Amino acid sequence: MTGFQTILLLRHELLLIVAAVVIIIYDLLLPAEKKSRIIHFSMILFAFVLLLGLIPSAPGELFGGSFQENKLTGFMKDILNLAVLIIFLQSGGYLRKTENAHKMAEFFVLIIFTLTGMDFMISSGDFLTFFIGLETASIPIAGLVAYDQLKSRSAEAGVKLILLSALSSGVLLYGISMIYGATGSIYFRDIAPEITTSPLVILGFIFFVSGMGFKISLVPYHLWTADVYEGAPINITAYLSVVSKGAAVFIFAVILFTVFKNIIHAWESVLYALAVLTMTIGNLFALRQDNIKRFLAFSSIAQAGFILLGIMGTGSLGMTTIVYFILIYIFTNLAAFGVAAAIFDASGVETISGYKGLYSTNPKLSLVMMLALFSLAGIPPVAGFFGKFFLFTSAGSQGYFILILIAVANATVSLYYYLRVVKAMFIDKNDQPIAAFKSSPTMRISLLICSLGIFFVGFISGIFEYIMSLSSMLF
Amino acid sequence: MIHGLTIYHFLTVSTLMFFIGVTGFIIRQNLITILLSVELILNSVVINFLVFNRFLYPDQLQGHFFSLFIIGIAAAEASIAIALIINIYRRIHNINADNVNEMKY
Repeated sequence: MTGFQTILLLRHELLLIVAAVVIIIYDLLLPAEKKSRIIHFSMILFAFVLLLGLIPSAPGELFGGSFQENKLTGFMKDILNLAVLIIFLQSGGYLRKTENAHKMAEFFVLIIFTLTGMDFMISSGDFLTFFIGLETASIPIAGLVAYDQLKSRSAEAGVKLILLSALSSGVLLYGISMIYGATGSIYFRDIAPEITTSPLVILGFIFFVSGMGFKISLVPYHLWTADVYEGAPINITAYLSVVSKGAAVFIFAVILFTVFKNIIHAWESVLYALAVLTMTIGNLFALRQDNIKRFLAFSSIAQAGFILLGIMGTGSLGMTTIVYFILIYIFTNLAAFGVAAAIFDASGVETISGYKGLYSTNPKLSLVMMLALFSLAGIPPVAGFFGKFFLFTSAGSQGYFILILIAVANATVSLYYYLRVVKAMFIDKNDQPIAAFKSSPTMRISLLICSLGIFFVGFISGIFEYIMSLSSMLF
Repeated sequence: MIHGLTIYHFLTVSTLMFFIGVTGFIIRQNLITILLSVELILNSVVINFLVFNRFLYPDQLQGHFFSLFIIGIAAAEASIAIALIINIYRRIHNINADNVNEMKY
């Protein structure tokens, strides 16, 4: 393998590291009164990172199999890059506030470094790379969550996140150590044939699932989610719920499908129970929320339960539906968070009851929010319906019809609380609705991208077939 | 290998450490003590890796390498956690977990 091919295999990670370093140096060179230039600079730089990441490369592995790059991981990294670009476009209004003037560059740099960690995690070929990637992705996020230094809620969310994520890493590592003890290797491809239903492997597997359950926020490991999402700045909440969760779900599915392939009957019953619990409890708690971030947190817990249905499908169909759902989920959830961020930046309102009468003053934002909520609920013309439909198909291909029934019942319940927000915006009367405002051009671009995604990703069947062709090469 | 000590002795110690850590994480009030409990859990994992490597697979070093990385990452985690705990102290002037309760349910 020539040097250039090696660089191509690592292109996403190298580009991100270069981008982060360039932003740090540019921040150092700027005089204090011109610091806000860093916002547009980072957005444009990251657009180039996204474009250069699209360069195709042959599949291959590096560092003796520790790092594995193939078309599917490349596609997943491109999706995550797109999501981060959208988040950057949405965060301009928040970063321009005076209290953030001295720490704008940190926002971009920390996000890019965590994304690098996620990319390494996605491509990992052994548990060591996986673990280091996971930690690189989760330690700086605690700093980002506590970004609002002067707000006690933000500080509280940060300390809750770092302590619980450290605990979950410990539990995850304990599981990995037992799997190492039982199989004698940390490489996925050497472990896979050695996995049997011996007690040590099963115990290790339970610890492993518990640790990953924290990261994906499955019930009963979800208790940090709502608090952290509420306390964090809204753009960071969007990042946590979309990018960080998407990457963790992807590698979780890959490890289940490759490493734990031999004990598939053991983990399917575990995931069955987790899926039912996650969907139901996420939905029930979402019913009683008024804060929009807390509301979206419980909605994202419920969506994680739906993603487990895709994992139940196993094999290439399961993998395809998961990646496809994550793609749709990025557009959908970022549209919802984008509107919430725009409203928060302009008026400081972040409660659902505060949204009453929004349609009379800001009709376009209300329409985008409605689209996003319809897509989250899975109403047919928009993309969210197709995402959920394929997840159910995936579980159905293995014959889990009772699970699908429970999932459909949960989707109906979720309709109630998603429409509650729509009702507040469109129907409820309010004497003093949020005043009409004009959001920044970058915010409007991001919402346009999200709306187009919500409309068209479901209808272009080529996208699903393309992901299918990528994942059927692997599983 | 130390004479008279088997893999079971080491694994008993590491298992005890793990569960003492989990218990401490749940019942302790002080945020720093909670952080100490997490470190206890990570150290039990380090012992596990070293013991499995030394007793079961002595001809390779994967477990040793893994434990070195765990120690490094635990240090990074502790430094960020302490920074955030100092941040909490500046906001509410104590570090009792019961007082970090602005957001619930």
